This record gives sequence, structure tokens and C-alpha cells, in this order.
Amino acid sequence: MRFSFSDEQQELRRVVRRFCEERSPRAEVRRLMESERGYDPSTWRQLCDELGLAGVHIPEAFGGQGFGFAELAIGLEETGRALLCAPFLSSVAFAATAILEVASETEKQELLPGIAAGTTTATLAFAEPAGEWTADGVSLTARAAGGELRLDGTKSFVPDGCTADLIVVVAREPGSAGDEGLGLFGVAGDAPGLARRSLATLDATRRLARLDFESVAARPLGEPGSGAPALARVQALAAIALANEMVGGAEQALDSAVAYAKTRMQFGRPIGSFQAIKHKCVEVLLEVELAKSAAYYAAAAADEGDPELGALAAIAKSLASDAFRKAAAENIQIHGGIGFTWEDDAHLYFRRAKSSEVFLGDAGFWRQRLADELGVGRDE
Amino acid sequence: MSELDEASVRSEVRAWLEANWDPERSLREWRERLADSGWGVPTWPREWYGRGLRLHLAKVVHEEFTRGGAVGAATGVGMGLAAPTLLEHGSDELKRRLLRPILTGEHTWCQLFSEPGSGSDLAGLTTRAQFDGEHWLVNGQKVWTTSAHHARYGMLLARTDWDVSKHRGITYFVLEMQQPGVEVRPLRQMNGHASFNEVFLTDARVAPDNVIGEVGGGWTVALATLAHERGMAALRGSAIPGEGRTRREYREELDHVMAPYVWYPQRAGRADLVIGRTRATGRGADPVLRDAIAQLHALVRASEWTQLRAAAARAAGRPPGAEGSIGKLCSSHIARAAAAVHTRIAGADAMLAGADSPLEGLIAEILLSVPGQSIAGGTDEIQHNILGERVLGLPKEPAVDVGRAFRDVPKNVER
Repeated sequence: MRFSFSDEQQELRRVVRRFCEERSPRAEVRRLMESERGYDPSTWRQLCDELGLAGVHIPEAFGGQGFGFAELAIGLEETGRALLCAPFLSSVAFAATAILEVASETEKQELLPGIAAGTTTATLAFAEPAGEWTADGVSLTARAAGGELRLDGTKSFVPDGCTADLIVVVAREPGSAGDEGLGLFGVAGDAPGLARRSLATLDATRRLARLDFESVAARPLGEPGSGAPALARVQALAAIALANEMVGGAEQALDSAVAYAKTRMQFGRPIGSFQAIKHKCVEVLLEVELAKSAAYYAAAAADEGDPELGALAAIAKSLASDAFRKAAAENIQIHGGIGFTWEDDAHLYFRRAKSSEVFLGDAGFWRQRLADELGVGRDE
Repeated sequence: MSELDEASVRSEVRAWLEANWDPERSLREWRERLADSGWGVPTWPREWYGRGLRLHLAKVVHEEFTRGGAVGAATGVGMGLAAPTLLEHGSDELKRRLLRPILTGEHTWCQLFSEPGSGSDLAGLTTRAQFDGEHWLVNGQKVWTTSAHHARYGMLLARTDWDVSKHRGITYFVLEMQQPGVEVRPLRQMNGHASFNEVFLTDARVAPDNVIGEVGGGWTVALATLAHERGMAALRGSAIPGEGRTRREYREELDHVMAPYVWYPQRAGRADLVIGRTRATGRGADPVLRDAIAQLHALVRASEWTQLRAAAARAAGRPPGAEGSIGKLCSSHIARAAAAVHTRIAGADAMLAGADSPLEGLIAEILLSVPGQSIAGGTDEIQHNILGERVLGLPKEPAVDVGRAFRDVPKNVER
């Protein structure tokens, strides 16, 4: 099913899209952008209770719906299209996926049902103030202290980091470096010694936090030392999830540009009849379609345990980064003056595009990764 | 039902091949048998050398031919373009006279559509055909004509009425190529190959019954030909291994038919060579090159996946959306990106050609063939218009050349 959606999947898409249209119109997005929490808990409740979206890819044994990554991706594409303000990406796509990848059965049994129900929200803390989503970029330490594990260091760019109940933290053994000594740890959002600060973000629909850890009690997730390969997989899956969210936003930006080009009259004709505008729209269409193909393929591959996952994530995220940026920028350009106003919605997509473009690594970062995967530059 | 049909078609063609296929026959003799039996062109109607089979059953026939290593009907422009056009729009007399020799490979064809003065705007053609009471006399120039130098017939579009709107004054002719009024000259491309010809028509004669469709109704017929042009790649044959006179003669025919297309892979950019070239030259540590290679790879893969999305939609009986229409543009992007990567890998060697150039001149040929990719078969600019209007639903530009006599439309060449 890498190239088409089943009837059931298309129905899921319709349901999520309808929900977003009803509960997350643009005016509501703007209201929540200004709010303290960044999302409406009652909308989140409804999304979890009525649609079960928070448990979409979590197995039924852990309280979820038991669908796959492809269904998660459909949910993300639709919520991305609507700029839905909710901890869906952070809690479900990032944290639950990480727990599914590394945690033991007992830990999953304990942690996942709350996330699947939406009563617990979680997030993944990977990058640090230097903003690198690499093993080398992890310096926060997890040290054993009297039969307990204690975390020290700083995480940043943590999505919904101020509101999450559970934080999955990437940390390393003191003194380790590179791929050695890495692990994932669970920390309560209100743990003593954890200072959370909301960062002012370019995209107010995406809340990011800086987290300072000072001897914060943590629990290891899964086998200690399962480290680098597990982290690489978690990162690839996070990138694939984000890419799917991004293509939804990119397509919405394109649709908005095309709709405007059909109705805006200048020189006695719709501006979309001018090749300068028409061809611009088609260039965006091309990039958006390619990015969609890559995002869908990668999501389906995640369900099938494809050994190529790292390369597929790199393709999906790099194409999505470029396509969304282009779609959002050209949407403003095609709207002309009105597109540069606060009142018009074009900048909301531009902000989301810019934020998502660099989140988890930009296109250039993922292309270097892809070159590694392709064996370019390695000694034969 | 369909399974039963498949099985019965399969057993029938298998039995026929067992009784008739003999690799020592001459190619001509074998193809005559194909024409008589209907197995050479199973999708054609029964009365015209076929068996009236739907496409999925014709595939079964093809599978059986492949399995048995049997040679099929002729390939090329005649088979791919002329025959389907004749079947849709030709008179019975034309079909009787022309179809069989196309099938057997006795007659090859060429397509006389494009002109120096009308490329993207095919309907703006200015080759003139005038009826002198006995024959049509044709004057003008055609270009980009593959295989014109050995073709027996040409599919010719010419203007027969200058006082009506551009699309309505065109007539579709079958032109005999071997006559004094037809002069064929090879056209040398910027990459040094001469895959195409220019054709000069000076009082070339066409008999009145060699008109396909109505006089003045040629545009409709031309659209049928153009629709089949997309499927042409599929109609190019591939060599059949094995001994025997039929197969040997077929391979010779195929070499002849495929000769103009030898550089087409280079035109597409040869992304497949990039990683091997990077390793061979030891340039893989260059971060700019690595970025470009990764970008090219992403483009190639995503483009394939997009085609497969379209194919899946068609297989499920759904009309593909945008994903079914962007392939041509993708191929231009890939070709340009691949050429840029090859340039960076080659470095200063990109200044060289022939035996001094990397891979015995292949890299130079790539660099000099890629500019054709975004022109042949509809320029990128025309593709943008088509996608903008048909997929995105954007309005057309106001036209200045329709709704008035073609005579009064500004053009490159006045005739």
C-alpha cells in the first residue's frame, strides 16, 4: 500500500479533515496562537475521545487503535493542512513512537495507555541549545546515583515541552561520546529539578521549550545501551511523521494560491491566466506532489520494517522541507500585497513551513545523511 | 469470467504458436502468417488482421510470444502511430491498402507534423496543400522527422483552407515519400547525432483518396495520432535472444528502427551513473557534490513513486490526479540535475569531448543531449500550461489566433 490508500484509510482522512474544518478553522488557530497553553484541551479531548487519534498507531494491547504508521501519517497530514493546535505530533508521533521502539513490554503497558487516551501528553527531548539532531549533539548526561538515575544538562526546541506530562529524553552516560552510551529516559513533566521555559517561537502554533535538568530523577526506557541504532530509528520515524504533517500544510498553501489566482482580477483578467503566475503554481504543484509521494512511501515503509528507512526518511524530510517552504513563500507572492498582511492567513503557513523546515534538521542536513546512506564518500 | 477468457486465450495462442512458430522462416513469411492469424496485433479488429481482444488479454498473447521466444509484429512509427490513426479514422480502402504492410514491416512510416515555423503551436502549421483537379499539390517544409529517409509513407498535416480558423483548415494526408517533390535531408543536432530529418515538399503529389478523415478535419485526426505518441515507448520492441533466421532478421530490423534513439538515455541525464562516477573519481568528500547527489537521488526516487501512485490509481479504476501528469516535467528536472552533478564530478574534464572526455565521450554526450529533454515531446513551458489549466484549473490566456481567418494570424513564414 505504498502507492494508494485503502477505502478505510480514505475514510479516516475524511473524518479527520471534517473534524479539523469544524474545530480548527483559521480563526480558532489564531485564537490559540495567542493563548497561554497553545491548544484547546477540550478540542484535544474530543480528538482523542471521538476519533481516537491519539492512539491511532498504538497497538490495542496498549490501549490504542492498532492501526499503523501509515494511518498516523494520514492524521498528521490532515492536522498539518489545518494547522491544528494540539500535542498530536509531539505526544503521539514523537513520544509514543519512541516508546514503542525502545521500551520494554512492562514500560509500554504503563506509559502508552495514557498517551493513547490523550489523558497523558508526552514529548521527545532530543536537541540541545546548539540545535543539532545528531548523536554528537547530545551532551545531557544520565548518571547513576544511589540506585537512581539523575539527568543533568539542557534540552531545547522541545515541542510542547512546557505542557507535556511525560518527557522522553535522549541522554548519554557521563564520559561517553559519539554513538556510545546513548539512551532514552522518561521524566515526569513536574519532576523536581526540571526548569521549563517556553521559547518565543516564529510559529506560534508550534510551542517549543527549553528544559534545564539539574539532578532530575529519570527512568531508563528499554535496555540500557540500546542507544545509537534505536535513536537513529526514532529519529527517522520522527522525520517521516513530520514530513507527512508538512505535505498537508504545503498542499493547503498551494490550494490557497491557486484559488486566489483564479479570482484575483488585474489587467482585466484573472491573474492565474498569466503564465508568470500559472507556471509558478505548477512548479509548486510539482514539488508538493513529489514530497507527498516520498512522505507516503516512507510512512508505509515504516510499517513494513523497511531496512532502507534512514534513506527514506532523508528523502521525505528533505523534499518536504523544500516543498513546504516554496509553497508557503509562493502563496504569499501570488497573493501580492494582501499576502504580506497580518490579516491574511498566508503568513501562518509561512511560519509553520519555516519552523518545520529546520525542525529535526533541514534539507541540507538530511541530504548529507542521504549521501552517507548511498555510500557517497565512503572508502571502498 | 475474465479468468476463463484468459485461460482460453492462453491455450489458443499457445497451440497456434506450437503449430506455426518456426524460427527458420524468413521474417516476412512469418509476419504474413501473423497477419492471417490475428495473433500479431490481437487488439486490432478481426476484419483488420487482429482478434478484437481487450488490452489485458492482449498482454496474455504477448506473454505467450515472449515465453516461446516468438517474434511479433513490426514496431516503430508505422505500427505505433500510423496504424492506430488509420484504424480510427481511415477509409476502408486505406486500411485495406496500408495496414497489412505496416504489420509485416514491409512499409515503414514517418510523421510529417512539426515545421520550422510551428513547434509548440502545431496547429499554426503553414505547409500548403492545393487541389489541382486531379491531385493535391503540397508545398512547405517539415522538421524533426525520424526515419524519413527510408520511409515509404508519411503522415502529413497540411493547410487546405486559409480562410477559416486555424484548427479548421487542416487536412491529414498519406504522402508517398518516394517521389520527386519530396526531398529529405538529415538534420544534425547539437550533440552531433542526426536522428531526425528535414523534409522539403515542392509540388509533392497526393492522390485524393489518400486523405484520412475529412478535408479540413485533419486536426481531429492529428489529435488521435498525438494521443498514441505517448504510448510509443511501450511499442518499441526489444531483441529476442536465440537462434534462427526469423530472430536474426528481426534483430536487424530492430537495430534499424532503434538507431535514432541510441542517445536517448543520455538525454535523460544518466542519473544511474552518478554514484559509480563519484567513487571512481574519489570526489565523494565534496559536500556540495554530496548535497547535489542526494537531491538528484531524492528526485529520481520520488518521481518513480509518483508514477507508481498514478499507476495504482488507474489500476483501481480511479482517474489519477496531478500525480499522473507531472512525469514529463520531472524528467526535465532530473535530466538537468543529473547533468549538473556529472559536471561537478568531471570538473575540468567537462571541457573535453570524444575519447578525451570521461567514459569515452559519454559524459560529454550527456551534457550535450540533456537540453533536448525539456523540448522534445512538448516543451516544459507547454507542460506548465497544460498542468496549470487541466490539473489546477487555472484560466487560459486570451487567444489572439482563434476565431479569425488563419490568413490574418501573424506567423513566422508567409506562404
